[in-house]
Amino acid sequence: MNKRKLKSTVIPSSIMIGPVVLWLAFFIVIPLLYVFIMSFCSIDEYYNVVFKFTFTNYKGLLNSNYLYVYAQSLVIAFITTAACILLAYPFSFLIARTKSKKKTLLYMLVIIPFWTNSLIRIYGWRTFLGTNGWLNNLLQATHITNHAIEFLYNKGTTIFGMVYCLFPFMVLPLYTAIEKLDGSLLEASSDLGGRKAQTFIHVVLPLTASGIFSGSIMVFIPTLGYFFVSNILGGGNSDVIGNLIQRQFQSGNNWPLGAALSIVLIIITLLLVKLYQKCGGDIENLGV
Amino acid sequence: MKQKMKKNSYGVVGKIYCSLIYAFLFLPIVVIVVNSFNATTSKPYLSWKGFTFDWYLKLFENEELLQSFQNTMIIAVCTTIMATIVGTLAAVGMYKYKFRGKSTIDALLYIPVVIPEIVLGISLLTLFAKISIPRGMFSLILAHTTFSIPYVIFNIRARLSRYDNSIEEASMDLGANRLKTFFNITLPVLAPGIAGGALLAFTLSIDDVIVSYFTNGQTMTLPLKVMESIKSGVSPDVNALSVLILIGTALLVVLTQSGILKGKKNM
Amino acid sequence: MSGDKKVIVEIKNINKFYGSTNQVVKDLNLEIYEGEFLTLLGPSGCGKTTTLRMIAGFEEPTSGSILIEGQNIENKEPFERNINTVFQSYALFPHMTIYDNIAYGLKMKKAKKDVIRTRVMEMLELVQLGGFEKRYPSQLSGGQKQRVAIARALINQPRVLLLDEPLGALDLKLRKQMQLELKRLQRKLNITFIYVTHDQEEALSMSDRIAILYNGVLEQVAQPWEIYEKPATKFVATFIGETNLFEGYVSEIKDNEVTAVIESGIIQGEGDTFELNEMIAVSVRPERMKYSLSPVEGFHLEGVVKEQVYVGSILKTIVMIGNGNEIRIERLAGESLPAEGTVYLYWESKDAKLIHTADHVFYQAIENIQMGREEPV
Repeated sequence: MNKRKLKSTVIPSSIMIGPVVLWLAFFIVIPLLYVFIMSFCSIDEYYNVVFKFTFTNYKGLLNSNYLYVYAQSLVIAFITTAACILLAYPFSFLIARTKSKKKTLLYMLVIIPFWTNSLIRIYGWRTFLGTNGWLNNLLQATHITNHAIEFLYNKGTTIFGMVYCLFPFMVLPLYTAIEKLDGSLLEASSDLGGRKAQTFIHVVLPLTASGIFSGSIMVFIPTLGYFFVSNILGGGNSDVIGNLIQRQFQSGNNWPLGAALSIVLIIITLLLVKLYQKCGGDIENLGV
Repeated sequence: MKQKMKKNSYGVVGKIYCSLIYAFLFLPIVVIVVNSFNATTSKPYLSWKGFTFDWYLKLFENEELLQSFQNTMIIAVCTTIMATIVGTLAAVGMYKYKFRGKSTIDALLYIPVVIPEIVLGISLLTLFAKISIPRGMFSLILAHTTFSIPYVIFNIRARLSRYDNSIEEASMDLGANRLKTFFNITLPVLAPGIAGGALLAFTLSIDDVIVSYFTNGQTMTLPLKVMESIKSGVSPDVNALSVLILIGTALLVVLTQSGILKGKKNM
Repeated sequence: MSGDKKVIVEIKNINKFYGSTNQVVKDLNLEIYEGEFLTLLGPSGCGKTTTLRMIAGFEEPTSGSILIEGQNIENKEPFERNINTVFQSYALFPHMTIYDNIAYGLKMKKAKKDVIRTRVMEMLELVQLGGFEKRYPSQLSGGQKQRVAIARALINQPRVLLLDEPLGALDLKLRKQMQLELKRLQRKLNITFIYVTHDQEEALSMSDRIAILYNGVLEQVAQPWEIYEKPATKFVATFIGETNLFEGYVSEIKDNEVTAVIESGIIQGEGDTFELNEMIAVSVRPERMKYSLSPVEGFHLEGVVKEQVYVGSILKTIVMIGNGNEIRIERLAGESLPAEGTVYLYWESKDAKLIHTADHVFYQAIENIQMGREEPV
């Protein structure tokens, strides 16, 4: 009997589950634990990691420059998320409730730009918005202005870039939630005398809230780490937490401090996911 | 009448709004395409110096660029194969068998999806440094596979939710052993989900910047090459290559999608 | 009828647990004969599907053994057993044509291409689906899918065909039609069918024998008429058709004649397996229940008509008797009971079936109260 069980269950299940377990253990669990340990390590004068317990890194986090960047990151992430919701909600609503066959095409058109490398697209914006870029050329050629305007290198363009990069992550969950919305519900509401605004607030918004929540998580959290956007468009004065971590992990810098910064980022992430679940969000909606 | 007019104007506003959003999404692509035909040869390649096809030819002489493209492709293909194998086995295994620790695996799968990529990047960097895995192609493949596996699993899982386990029993009942059943029944029925997952792994890999940035060592991928050249200005041959990649990806997606649709028809 | 038949499947002392406490099959013993149509019947959760799956090899008994043609198949995988299954969900392979679905079993046996072709065409004819071979399962109706599932399971010429509620997903009319077809197929091919259903009418009309399971226990195995006329347990009596049950105990035994005391009188019945003072139940079918307008010797069943319902050719009547219990009576339409006044119910002793009640303790308690005795220790 046991021999059959071995052949029917134990061996096949080990072959199927074994690889992913090993992979996750080795490339997720161990590295993250190691980062946690490293955040309590010291460095020697050559910036090598020394396994000597210390709180120095965490004390270093309270440096006022860092505190400023945390606050700035959260503000940038918040504005990015809000902008994504405001821009994506009507857009998703319009394409999700299109009745024509073009619906799939309209949806695909949101994804297609992402088949081109994100860096080069961000660079494309720099080309477009720069002092001798397309927009300035156009404005000067039409004599709207007579001198080049600097659009780039401020928090606004960083947020603009973040919105650009993460916009689809807001559209996809919203699209799914709105598509599921039963059209007869809207009719029922207006039938019962609900005006458009009332229908929206009492029926549509609650039913699509899950999409807003998962979209927000999928926009807010990455924003904190997208260092390359603020590198290319921010001009050095709109750092997010990702920039701080990036600098510490360039060769020869303070890895334990970078590890401690990463732990902060992990904690923020966990808190946000907890908050998301508290709002009734399902972690499974964060997948694809 | 009034009603109809109102509805129409509402539709027009909606159309304009959607067009603006699409313009916002596609404008950088337009910039890339236009610049790939820019005849300028001086950095930072911004001013328009006339139309030329040259860059599409010159890019084949740019050894470094071609090398980085080749690296990107090798990494993406290896990542896709590994993530698809590990992910498919895991998705099916987790669907079929009950075992202890299943919910833990599930939770771990969401880590690469939810935490900022930079955390995954630096944690892999510290691991590779600690156990002296040389940073290069190999470490990049390991890193990309790590963040791709969950997406493959989630894609297949969406398909498994409509999967009838009794077809496997039927296959065994008719004389096929477990291995034959897996290849004759399980894999073909899940094929659209597997193909979708593989495609996602491939696109995630070729586009990855952040994780690669920390785990590449001296090896250049195309996104890293772009990052490196941004300071001095991205040259039009990079634009030309990007345009070619965009066309290639579009073809790949159209082919697989039509394959998936064809498969779906009979399900 | 079955005495001289060859046993093909033998189930010996099978127990099946899910986890450590949930026992779904309890000490099951059952012999299934070659060429017979045996139905496992019972309410959902009774263990019938689990039993079928253990025969197929999808699940293993916790203890006990299953013999097929005298051979223990404990260590055989499903694909090593010469048994095929028709699944409730049909389980057709969605990515294969009807032809490939049916051919699957032969392909696994590595049969020659032309042999496969001929056999598949034969099977398609057999289930009346000629010309459907190039279609996909999604292009078929429920009834057609069911036929493909049957053809696919039969192509390997199994010794035993297992059918797990195969008609459950079909509508009533189609189900009736498929019942006849299945019976016809079984006679024609002379294959042993083990059929699982919860539908008693289906079981009664198709089976050679019916095995009734309840809570994992085999209650009775017998031919359909016997199940109906001579239910072995209280459960069988109530599960198959409608009946009126009366509790009591055996007060006297004389040869085959059993006298029993029940709450409403003293009754006579037949049976040779009863003991003196044994707790019993008496089952009287509604159509065997009689009434009179004046008291009947030996019966204390008097009540008033509560409800009468016409159901086509018959009239169903409910009489409420003194203690608040309801008694069901069936009469041919037109023969209605008086709507007012007292009716006296009785039956002939040949129509009363005496049943052993296994739940001794419970009925002992009732009897103690009735007889005014002390509670037993």
